[in-house]
Amino acid sequence: MAEPAHLDVSGLTKRFGGLVAVKEMTLAVSAGKILGLIGPNGSGKSTVMKLIMGIERPDAGSVRINGVEVAGWPSHKIARMGAGIVFQHSRPLHRQTVLENIKLALLPDRLTRLFADPQTDARARAIAARVGLSDVLDRRPGTLPFADLRKIEIAKAIARDPQVLLIDEPFAGLTAKETAAFSDLICELRDDGRALLLVDHNVKSVARLVDRVIAMYVGERIAEGSADEVMRNETVRRVYLGGSIETAARPESSFRDTATPFLEVDRVSVQYGKAQALQDVSIHVHEREFVAVVGLNGAGKTTLFNTISGLLPYSGNIRRQGSALRGHSAASIARGGIVQCPEGRELFTEMSVRENLDLGGQHLPPAENAEQIDWLFDLFPILRDRQRQAAGTLSGGEQQMLTIARALMMKPKLLMLDEPTLGLAPVILEQISKALEKLRHSTAITVLLAEQNVTFALPHADRVYVLEHARIVWEGEPTRFAAEMGTGYL
Amino acid sequence: MRSLSITRVLLAGLIVVAAASFLPLWATGYILGLLTLAYYFGVFAMAWDLLFGFAGEVNFGPTFLVGTGAYTAGILDNLYQPPIWLCLAAGAFAAVIGGVVLALPALRLRGPYFGLTTLVAVLILQNFVVVDAHLTGGEIGLTVPDVISISDGTNYEIALWFMAVSGAVLFSLSRSPVGLILQASGQDAVQAGALGFNVTKHKLTAFIISAFFSGLAGALMVFYLGSASVGTFIDITVSAQIIIAAVVGGRRTILGSVLGAIFLIAMSEALRPLGDLSNFVVFTIALIVVLLFPGGFFGLLTRGREDA
Repeated sequence: MAEPAHLDVSGLTKRFGGLVAVKEMTLAVSAGKILGLIGPNGSGKSTVMKLIMGIERPDAGSVRINGVEVAGWPSHKIARMGAGIVFQHSRPLHRQTVLENIKLALLPDRLTRLFADPQTDARARAIAARVGLSDVLDRRPGTLPFADLRKIEIAKAIARDPQVLLIDEPFAGLTAKETAAFSDLICELRDDGRALLLVDHNVKSVARLVDRVIAMYVGERIAEGSADEVMRNETVRRVYLGGSIETAARPESSFRDTATPFLEVDRVSVQYGKAQALQDVSIHVHEREFVAVVGLNGAGKTTLFNTISGLLPYSGNIRRQGSALRGHSAASIARGGIVQCPEGRELFTEMSVRENLDLGGQHLPPAENAEQIDWLFDLFPILRDRQRQAAGTLSGGEQQMLTIARALMMKPKLLMLDEPTLGLAPVILEQISKALEKLRHSTAITVLLAEQNVTFALPHADRVYVLEHARIVWEGEPTRFAAEMGTGYL
Repeated sequence: MRSLSITRVLLAGLIVVAAASFLPLWATGYILGLLTLAYYFGVFAMAWDLLFGFAGEVNFGPTFLVGTGAYTAGILDNLYQPPIWLCLAAGAFAAVIGGVVLALPALRLRGPYFGLTTLVAVLILQNFVVVDAHLTGGEIGLTVPDVISISDGTNYEIALWFMAVSGAVLFSLSRSPVGLILQASGQDAVQAGALGFNVTKHKLTAFIISAFFSGLAGALMVFYLGSASVGTFIDITVSAQIIIAAVVGGRRTILGSVLGAIFLIAMSEALRPLGDLSNFVVFTIALIVVLLFPGGFFGLLTRGREDA
């Protein structure tokens, strides 16, 4: 008989209010194997990881570690059963040294331990040597580069010698060289006989490491197999790339302001502490044009929008109709007609739909306000029925429509839509897609759309940019996208 | 960039305390009385810092623990006159029980709700004391028949060494493995849990330790003052002063709290001629210190040797 799998998950389900984040998820990883769990942003993959680790409580289903049922246990008990997790965002203790941070993970969960075990120091040093932190043991985390912070997280996780290790986006924010070193480390951990689960956005980044891959989309598992099989899988291709996409691009030369585009982003770079969030990004948008910026989560799309909105310091130039935006406050940029529709929706959840819209249009005279609301109710008929309802009680798709509608209440010249499809089911996407289509045909509005869902973005777009690791790597018409960028995007 | 070692800090502390113990040889009873109060106040603030600076929980009602200890000891002495040490033990014990009763449900709450719960607890205790006047003396206050000593010098030494021992225990604890786990729990409870630490257990323990020292200090102060009143032990203003002492002294340092307490008491006394204005001046100075030197006095003293 085969050795029992180290991690065995079946029928795992989690609901957040009306939203089903994870539905009947089943997966298994055994010792010495690596399973990749992939899915676009909002697909529920991180929730699966939290459910396994006990950070969220599952509504149904089973999680077995070495045969022991742990579903619903608090996370410290699951950790003691041999599960460990490497979080994507590290929050080390900043007043302690790297060595002390690793020692923390070696401490027993006992209140009587007032003096550390003398072996703790040697063990912590050995772990540090293994992950490559020996040179910075006495430094404080705040003084270290990002890659070293990730190493601290790995060191802490392996200090507890977990048999099942979950790693969230192992390579996010790392350079190619750092990624290679990290991959080697992950292989070593596998060769120790641990069961590993890597969670990431796309197959490409983990293909070299994984034995099997499971793909998720809106909470459900859509494919399982080897990395190659999953990449060839029709459903996966449709989710990431879309099937046959009908595009309706208008040639760039058809816009009147070819000499000076409405918005010009010229060699803009943005730095987040040590991480380069945007590097020499140049894009332009003509008046009435619909431009899509596609890229995976973490590529820098939201950063680009926030920079244009005047929320972040940057180098380079951003011009609106030829005049520089630098020096203008975020509020004055928004009043000037560049309005951002944020990814997180940021609705006032306890206020009604109508109140949310009124807030967006509070600068308009009452008559104009009413007229604008009427027009929006035609654009999104469902919002008319939901007027009196609190925004927080709407479904995800309705909330997204309300967010777009609220932004439109400001009568923007340029509307920046940040991932409107985030976490939405395909049928809802269609409704939003129709509304965008209507918007494009019936008004003079200019739209800049950031998306990782290419299927959603391409049909509307006149032009497409691909943002990858803080850089624009491709620009062109949507018809050329599948042929030129398709495989690189999976 | 090494942290100050525990033994060196404790040794330095011992030297300072030993030097301070010679003060009664020449200082006036008035100065000694002020310092006695300041030392008890220092223990309140240190106990509070363990909760806030390390466990990451803001307890807006440190006087709930202090007051419970003080009134339990005082009422017991008033009713039955048992030996004083028994009253002190009862005071500390009651504060611990009160702390657990408060913390067990409150620690389930997240964000600002824990702080709100502790704030409401103070108001409840205050109302209880005022309403149940036949037992507590009500608004007039409670006079206890016994005091530990009538000598200023003896009272001063008791407060000084009690503060020294409390400080040594709390400081060592904050630098021990348990203190490290506590800090991790305070900073990122999710991650601490995923590393196998029972966050609730550790935070509850911190609350119990904080309650023990607060309650014992409160009880000792009753037998120094010979009385207990809402204005000295329970009122929200007293809570605010304890918090200010800890923050001005330097949060997450434990020992800084003592500096903060001495500063607060000394300033209010020095500014007494200003009348009602004195509190205004003291709080303004505290505000400036917090805004300009977030590390507090202790942070200023150790700057360059340790990152605040």
